[in-house]
Amino acid sequence: MSLISLSAFDLAIAASLVLLVALLQWRMRLGNTQALLIAGLRTVVQLLLLGLVLKIVFAASDLYWITLMSIVMLLAAGREVMVRQKRQFIGSWGFLLGTSSMFVSAFSVTLLALLVIVQPDPWYLPQYSIPLLGMLLGNTLNGITLGLDNLTRSVWEKRIIIDGRLALGETWGSAISGIRRDSIRVGMIPIINAMSVAGLVSLPGMMTGQILSGTPPVEAVKYQILIMFLIAAGTGLGTITAIVIGCRRLFDDRERLRLDRLR
Amino acid sequence: MADLVISNLRSQVPGLVVQRLAALNLCLHGAEITGLNGPSGSGKSLLLRAIADLDPSMGEVSLADCSRTSMPAHEWRKRVAYLPTESGWWFETVGEHFLQTDIASLQKLGFEADVLSWKITRISSGEKQRLALVRSLSREPEALLLDEPTAALDESHTLNVEQLVSDYMKQRNAPVFWVSHDPGQLNRLTRFIINIQPDGSIREQVR
Repeated sequence: MSLISLSAFDLAIAASLVLLVALLQWRMRLGNTQALLIAGLRTVVQLLLLGLVLKIVFAASDLYWITLMSIVMLLAAGREVMVRQKRQFIGSWGFLLGTSSMFVSAFSVTLLALLVIVQPDPWYLPQYSIPLLGMLLGNTLNGITLGLDNLTRSVWEKRIIIDGRLALGETWGSAISGIRRDSIRVGMIPIINAMSVAGLVSLPGMMTGQILSGTPPVEAVKYQILIMFLIAAGTGLGTITAIVIGCRRLFDDRERLRLDRLR
Repeated sequence: MADLVISNLRSQVPGLVVQRLAALNLCLHGAEITGLNGPSGSGKSLLLRAIADLDPSMGEVSLADCSRTSMPAHEWRKRVAYLPTESGWWFETVGEHFLQTDIASLQKLGFEADVLSWKITRISSGEKQRLALVRSLSREPEALLLDEPTAALDESHTLNVEQLVSDYMKQRNAPVFWVSHDPGQLNRLTRFIINIQPDGSIREQVR
């Protein structure tokens, strides 16, 4: 079975569906029209560029190119985490918190998968390393964004409670414990949902892609299980790192709640 | 020596411009209430928060010759309790907020023991204010910073609160700093009042 090639017209039909939703939002004054259209446009431009870049990187299969591309992906993900927050940490923290958490989690899990589990030859073979890193970054980005947004929003809304607990002599860790637990839980919700319904309700994207391009289903399933576990580990590590550091940053050395460190 | 000694204290909340307020030098004696009043927005709460080390501040504060910098901040706040006007409640029932229940104090403020099972969503602002005081006292602080502790209360409850605080303070030899807008209340409770003037200067008044 060979892959059925898509024409520009095929994509245009799909695009018109998105336009229909945008039109509905606009007519019903639901807002968000612009965000949808921009995101759709970004998908087209970014993926087309990626197709071109991947063509070059695959042909070169050079560690420096792959490293460079990984760094660009990481920085883009870090920026995305930052701008998705309603209340960001001010200064370089806003960018570095998400970026370093993703570096710690997504990069280490990808390296482990390449060096120990999949073991392509060479280990950085771009056909494996780039999609793996991409899927891990994309999913940890989701978890970290949701978790951090929940953290900063809750702390803002519950500042009187946190402050009151501090005034009663509680440690900063105890004063924020509930919010910290909730934020990590919120960050993990998407991957837990995805693992719970995988195969029952949804056919995960990567497996679908492999099956469409002719891989035997059982092989595709094995890869999908691997990916799911890697994503769960990456999201968990990344979310926990970001939330733990973020919580600490909200208090100073005298355990005072410092909302002035949020925008 | 249970004195709360404040020297050159000035709140330094980032981004806030109430900095006309002069630095505070004061000694609060044990078993004595010191009054604090001044116009709204003059920085009374900021002053109490600075003493409790809840906001960044300049200056020194010590209790019974122990500087606040000599201990972790939460330890300091356990000893020097700040009671904000608006109290925070985070569990579902009243009782969960108490480390140890103090039925006698609850009864002095007009509650029965069953108040501990009340749902937080159903208690009024006056009830919250009285419960918050008992909650603070039940953690056995050595000094009290009370920010308008009777603002939401009617007269009989106000007198009960005054009595409870007086009893606690005498029993523990604890200094008390009491913010109030009610001159009558300060006259009842204190012989020494700190007035914050509209221009930010601080005037001491001995009656």
